[in-house]
Amino acid sequence: MSAASMLSRPVYGTLSPQAGKHHLLVADAEGAAAILDLAKNAPADFFAKAHIIYIPGASGPEYIDALKALNPERFYEGPSFAAALPRLRQTFDAAHMGTRLYIAGSEGLIGQVMQVAAEAGVDHASIQTEQRGSLARRVQCVHCKGITENVTTQPVKCSHCGLLLLVRDHYSRRYAAFQGVCINAEDPTDIPPTEEIFR
Amino acid sequence: MGINFKQETFRDDFSFRNSPEQVRRFPFPFHEDGYMYSVNIEPHVPGAKNTVFEHLFDVDEHYVSEMHDRALVLAEDPLRCQSLPHMTLAGWDTLELLMTEKAKSYPEHFSLTRDGDKWHWVNRPLGIDDRFTFGDTSTLPYDPLEYITRQSQGDFAVLDQRDGNLWMDAGIVTTQADWSLDFDIGMNFFEWHAPVPLAHEMGVFKRALKFLMALQQGQPARRHNWTMTINPRLDTSPENYHKWGTDRTTVTPENVGDKVHLRVEIQMFFRLPRSNALLFPIRCYLIKMDELVTSPKWARRFHRVLRDLPPELAEYKGLVRYRPTVVEWLSKYDDGAPTSPGFGPD
Ligand code: HEM
Repeated sequence: MSAASMLSRPVYGTLSPQAGKHHLLVADAEGAAAILDLAKNAPADFFAKAHIIYIPGASGPEYIDALKALNPERFYEGPSFAAALPRLRQTFDAAHMGTRLYIAGSEGLIGQVMQVAAEAGVDHASIQTEQRGSLARRVQCVHCKGITENVTTQPVKCSHCGLLLLVRDHYSRRYAAFQGVCINAEDPTDIPPTEEIFR
Repeated sequence: MGINFKQETFRDDFSFRNSPEQVRRFPFPFHEDGYMYSVNIEPHVPGAKNTVFEHLFDVDEHYVSEMHDRALVLAEDPLRCQSLPHMTLAGWDTLELLMTEKAKSYPEHFSLTRDGDKWHWVNRPLGIDDRFTFGDTSTLPYDPLEYITRQSQGDFAVLDQRDGNLWMDAGIVTTQADWSLDFDIGMNFFEWHAPVPLAHEMGVFKRALKFLMALQQGQPARRHNWTMTINPRLDTSPENYHKWGTDRTTVTPENVGDKVHLRVEIQMFFRLPRSNALLFPIRCYLIKMDELVTSPKWARRFHRVLRDLPPELAEYKGLVRYRPTVVEWLSKYDDGAPTSPGFGPD
């Protein structure tokens, strides 16, 4: 079954401004461009009620000035998702009814923000997502349960237990991760070549 | 007369085998000489004596040893039994259904006495004699789902029904055909079935879901599925695939009869009364090729099914490495004679 039709995989859309009292926009790297595109169609007062949480990652400072130029009510730039997490949790807990959530960037970021949102009881239907930039995957090793971040190759070595994993298209929203299964379990002497395919 | 429970293993020295009586009651899954996915659902009504359908929940000679194997799996990996917080009531529903049916079907082995919410459960084969308060988890050694399914053969998934879908929100899975409860928990019907080839395109899952959503209490249904397993291993989990995967390279023409097993799952569907959840027991039966070919009809038919199996299914079921060897071995038992319709041996 091809990745596109794997039904456990979330379907992402295109960010567009929604009617709401408040807007929380979370993005990493190229996800910033999705916010800038949304801004082109946003009503004049949109960003006065908006909070942007941005993790530049590999994009570096490229989008920072443009995002700040939108004049959001609050702007936060974080060095990593893990660093931004406590702030994100607190923001969700404090968010009131009528807050709209927009998430853009890598699938790993979208999945993890969705996780935090679900924990906070944010209604699924009020969330918009858009995938931009790297196609790197978060992969959970089905054997040791450890998660390997930013996987771009097939197969990949589990960063926890060291098994060589086939990265499947089967996706768990609860883990925000694809499943990794030992690729040479039947014949451990068979070491397939590693190819860079998720970019 | 009670069941003669065997002491045997499903790992290490693999001492599992079926008695001749157990071979005769094996739920052979092919009613014709070929196989393809279909919406093969039928009412789960008690069936003929000396079949696995005689009672709603079959208990057989492997019961005690299977429960021991389950305990070993859970000790090593507690994530095989999980229940999201809103599923506790469905766990009590499950406990009630299994205790009631077991006591009714096998009074010599199980008994249940109810005095309001004070229950007394006796499971003689496993040496269990417990009094507890129905609905009060603190009176049991485990949560209700885990408690009763540690005493019931087969895996169990418990599905919550909401938003027009079924959600895998609880379960116990230690005898599975290579899927992970821990990974799939929280998924809906289409999501956990995502890796299955062809069936989505055939519309099988859309129709099946519609049927299941409408299932009524007191009208259980069943279907079967099958795969193959090398060595009589119950725990063919993805979690442990790196440990058992090499089994698949060990099949030779000399050892097919003892090593290669047809693995049949009888899957049932019960609507639960208090929670409105759906209980999905997946009962696994194993039979060695040596045992299977004691029925000439089964031998002929399984040879044809395996030989003509669509490649997508062979790949998905993980048979690719050893299928040619097994087909070759089975061909000795297929004289080309026609087979009679239906499941039973001739
Ligand atoms: C609601 C209860 C059900 C549960 C919990 C369930 C669960 C599963 C799971 C976990 C798998 C393995 C998927 C994987 O590869 O990861 C599977 C496979 C499958 N299921 Fe279901 N299922 C259910 C009902 C059904 C029904 C009603 C049908 C069809 C009528 C069906 C048809 C299949 C088929 C065809 C496969 C592939 C099996 C194979 O080729 O070995 N399932 N199911």
